[in-house]
Parts: sequence; structure tokens; C-alpha cells
Amino acid sequence: MELIISLAIGIVFGSGIWLVLRPRSFQVLSGLMLMSYAVNLFIFVMGRLWVDAAPLTPPGTTPDPAQLADPLPQALVLTAIVIGFATTALYLVVMIGSRGLTGTDHVDGKEPEV
Amino acid sequence: MNQVVTTSLSLDWSQHLIMAPILLPLLVGAILAPLTQGWHRLKFWLSYASVLGMLATALALIQMTDGGHWQDGMGVYLAANWSAPFGIALLADRLSSIMLLLCAVLALAALHFTRLRWGRIGVHFHTLFQFLLMGINGAFLTHDLFNLFVFFEVMLAASYGLVLHGYNAERIRASMQYIAINLAAALLFLIGTALIYATTGTLNMADLSARVAVLSGEELALFKVGAAVLALAFLTKGAMWPLGFWLPTTYAAASPPVAVMLVLMTKVGAYIVLRLWLLMFSDGSGAAAGFGQDALLYGGMLTIVFGAAGMLSTDTAGRMAGYAAIVSSGTLLAVIGYGQPSLVTAGLYYLIGSTVAVAAFLLLIELIDRIRTPRSAMLALTMEAYAVEDTPDEPSGRGVPATMAFLSLAFAACALMIAGLPPLSGFVAKFGMFHALLNPADGGAIPTAGWSLMVLIVLSGLIAVISMMRFGVRTFWANAGAEPPKLHRSEVAPVLFLLGLSVLMTVQANSLFGYLARASDDIHRPATYVQRVLGTPTVPGPVSTPEAP
Repeated sequence: MELIISLAIGIVFGSGIWLVLRPRSFQVLSGLMLMSYAVNLFIFVMGRLWVDAAPLTPPGTTPDPAQLADPLPQALVLTAIVIGFATTALYLVVMIGSRGLTGTDHVDGKEPEV
Repeated sequence: MNQVVTTSLSLDWSQHLIMAPILLPLLVGAILAPLTQGWHRLKFWLSYASVLGMLATALALIQMTDGGHWQDGMGVYLAANWSAPFGIALLADRLSSIMLLLCAVLALAALHFTRLRWGRIGVHFHTLFQFLLMGINGAFLTHDLFNLFVFFEVMLAASYGLVLHGYNAERIRASMQYIAINLAAALLFLIGTALIYATTGTLNMADLSARVAVLSGEELALFKVGAAVLALAFLTKGAMWPLGFWLPTTYAAASPPVAVMLVLMTKVGAYIVLRLWLLMFSDGSGAAAGFGQDALLYGGMLTIVFGAAGMLSTDTAGRMAGYAAIVSSGTLLAVIGYGQPSLVTAGLYYLIGSTVAVAAFLLLIELIDRIRTPRSAMLALTMEAYAVEDTPDEPSGRGVPATMAFLSLAFAACALMIAGLPPLSGFVAKFGMFHALLNPADGGAIPTAGWSLMVLIVLSGLIAVISMMRFGVRTFWANAGAEPPKLHRSEVAPVLFLLGLSVLMTVQANSLFGYLARASDDIHRPATYVQRVLGTPTVPGPVSTPEAP
């Protein structure tokens, strides 16, 4: 399971890097989104991989740390998703503004001279 | 018995003051958001009141940290009453208090500058400005890594909006790069934080500092990777070479009051590096001690070289200010990497002085530009685009006399400060740094790195003189057809205010150095800090059973 997860994160992040280095702003945006998905998964995994373990303690029982998943990374991921979503949306707006004002979707705001 | 419970229930009012620099702009920003542009005067004054409140709070915090009100000069605030490693701890010490003061002072100058024009174009300028202040203040106060990420994002999100303020093609183009770079840096921040959590099991900075010492083997290696990735995020913000290419374009494109706040944001990066590095890798941290020190030192030196070369190569004032900010960032990083407490003291003085100088210069640039392009035609365009109904008052009636004399003298003062020539604060800062470099803490020989740093600082000052003089000669002397532009009092006052501050810093250099020496001493004693944060008790709740007498 560890190998599959780490390969998955690596592939998603790698694709993201490739896209971020492309010249069109939509590709950059997609790349940033892929990278943020990979990072979210990464944070999640940093709380170790658990199977069949809840991050919550049932009421009226004495919690046993060995039976519980680490709840903190899950809380962190939630915050990271929200913030990432908001900033990506903002980038999208700027992208549309740039397209409207410069007439091109190149990241430099002008077509490269061939 | 009852009485004991009630007295301990109420927290001392001064501890709530630590939250004020975050809550005040948050509240004011939220109040301003639904107000329409018809209320622009009210919006301005509300925003102004909030900044004045921040200024008063910062002064009070300085008074309390330095006046012995709190034990060890550190005030701890446990958010939501959770004890330290579990909840979020906010801490005000001498260093964060003076940074809060710097932030409030710059915000006051920037805001005053917006009164006539900039504050009226774009509906949410004041809201975004307040949220930006909230993020910056939060980053200075918080002592939890993930909370730091949140405040960084608040600060950045507001700055994205503000860089776009006065929407035109150049600003959009600069923003595209600025936002993309910062989104990528935010991802690095998250990766670093996650790795640090995975190896140490904590995000509280004090707890972290205590746990680093016991790390070893694989855990330590992974922790170092995490810290390095995290540092990349801060150094991108702090514009270390080769991570600072975004900076000059963004500074030159942003509207002047926004650029002033951006200058402070690069210093937030340097501030965090200073604080975290001393907590994680100082002498007391066992096998991890000294990690990355050389990278900071030589990276900082390369940054100075890059910034100085950039200053020589450009002839637009906005980019020149950007490169000056890069030089000052580089100097700070090299000072941090040099690892000598007395040098850090002088470095902090330099941080304050250079921030004020570059900020004054950025405000001045717009006024100087009017010599070349009268009546800022570009601004009129954006006003039209936004269909702002009432055009701002023409500055003619209450203009200031002798504008050319004022502009050239103010420019000369800025040049003196940025280049570090006597008699203004830039010189005192450089003198302080040289004094520290020439007197090593252990009394031994001065290392080669010390000499090279001194040479670089002198050379960067010389280059600053050359490029500023070139710009000044072209603008004021070799510009025969120059007409004195119309300036308004609200635009001149902030520049005078910042220059006056620099004079005050020079006159009061002794007491300021004393304060900063105590601040530097505080951050060089992580053990006291850890004990203070982790040892702060929570306030007992009304339902908790009081201990038996």
C-alpha cells in the first residue's frame, strides 16, 4: 500500500510540475491544481497509513492511541483544501482578466515572436 | 475558595492585547466589506482608525515586553484556552512587538497616501488592506507552524487582490507570475510542515524546539529535508537568489501604497527564517545544530550581488526600488547565517531602517513620475474603467509650494538611506554591522566570510549611490522642460513622516540599539522561550473542580 500511494503522489506531482512549466496559463493552473492534490494526499499520508481506524474517540470509552488514526493531518488537509481552492479560484479570475485585456492566454501576456 | 476561582477565571487584560493586532483588522475589514463606494470617506476613516489602534497596541506591547510587565519579556496567549502544545499559542516578545510597530507605521503612511486617489478606485481596497494587515500581524505573533501557514495565506490572498489594484495590463501580467510563484511556494510550505509533523509529531514551535534535540538517524534526515523545503517557501517570500526573480516586476507594477506593504512582506519572510532557524538549529539542538547556516550566509551574499547588479542595470525607479529591497533581504539573510547575536542586533536595526527607506522611496516615485508624465494619465484611465462617479479633488487648491525642491531633497534623503551614507539611519545600520563583524563574540580572528560580507555591503552601497545618482541627475538636472508637478498634502505627508522616522531612528540610535540587543538576546535563548510557552497554565473553567485547599 505504501508503494502504491507514494507512486501515485509522485506521478500526480510530477505531472503537475510539467504542466506548470508550460506556456499557457490554463496549463499552469491545471498544473497547480494537480500539485495541490498531490500535496494534500502527502499531508494525509504523513499521519501514517491506517486501515479501519477512526480519528474520533467514541463517547464513554477510554481512548487507546494504538487503535486510532492521527486526527491532526486530517484537520490540516481540510484547511489546506479550502485555502488551495480559494486561491486557485482567484488565479482563474486573474487568468480570465488577462485573457480579456491582452487577448492571449500566454503566461507572459503576449505571444512569443517566432 | 470561591474568590480564588473567580480571580483566576479572568485573564489579565494585557494578555488579550496580544490578540488585538489580529482581531482589529479582521473586524474592521469585515465591517468595510458591505459598504458601497458612496461611503468612501467613512471607509477611509474606519480603516485609518484601525491602523491607529494597531499603532497604539504595538506601542503598548513594546512597553509591556520591555518594561518588565511580563516574565522574561514574553506575553503568551493560549487561543481558546488550550494548553500549549495542543492548541495554538500566540506570543508577543520584544522582536514581534517592534515588527508590529513597523507594520503599523508603514500601514499608516501607505493609507494616508491613498486618501486622495488610490483608496477610491476599486471597491474593496480598504477591506483587502485590513486583511493584509491581519495576515502580517498574525505571522508576527503566532507560534504554531500550521497557523503560520494560514496567516501567510491570508496575507498573500489579500496581496493578490491589492497587486491588481488599479487594474491594467501591466499589473495583470505581473500578478499572473506573482500568484503562480506564491501558490507553488505555498505547496512547498505544506510539504515542509507535513514532513516536520511526521518526524517530530508537533507543530507548536516551542515544542518543536524542545524535540529537535532528541532526533537522530532517519528521523533527523527527514526532519532536515522538511526544514529545507519549508525554508524554500520563506526564502521565496524573502526573495533570496535564485528565488527572487518575481520581485522587481511585481514591485514596479503594483500601485505605490501597495508596494510599500509588499516591502514589508519580504521582511516577514526574513523574520520567520530568523526565528525558526534559531529555534530549530541553534547550539542547543544536538545533532541538528547549525544545519543550513552556510546556505543562508552564502545565499544571502549571492542575493546582495544579484540585487546590486540589478540596480545598476535598470533605469526605471520602480525596479530600482525592487532591487534595493532584494539587496536588503540578502544582507539580512547573510546576517542570520553568520550566526552572531551582536550582528543580529545590528541586522534588525538595518531591517527597520531599510524597510522605511525603500517604502519612502516607493511613495516618492509616483510623485517624481509626475514630472515626466503630468497629471498621471494612467490613473484617470482606471478611474474611467471603474466609473468612479466623483472625480477626486484637483490638488491645485491645497498644493504644496516648492515642489521641485521638496522632491529632489526627499529623493536625496532616500538615496542616502538606501546607500547607507551618513548622516541618516542607513549609515548607523552599516556601522553597527561592521562593528559587530570586526568584534567576533569569542574575540578570535575574523573569518573570511566576515571580510567578504563587509566588502559586499560596501560595494552594494557604492552601486546604490551610482544608480540613484544617475536617476536623480536625469530626472532633476538633465530634464530641462520639467514642470513642477502638483502635489497634495496627503501625498507629501507620508513621505515626510517616513523620512522623519529615519531621522528619529538616527537620533535615538542608542536606545533603539539597546532595545534590539535585548530582543536579539531573547531569541537566542530558546530554552527560556520553550519553558515560557509550555509552562503557561490555562485558565480554569467555571465548571472545573478547584483543587482542594
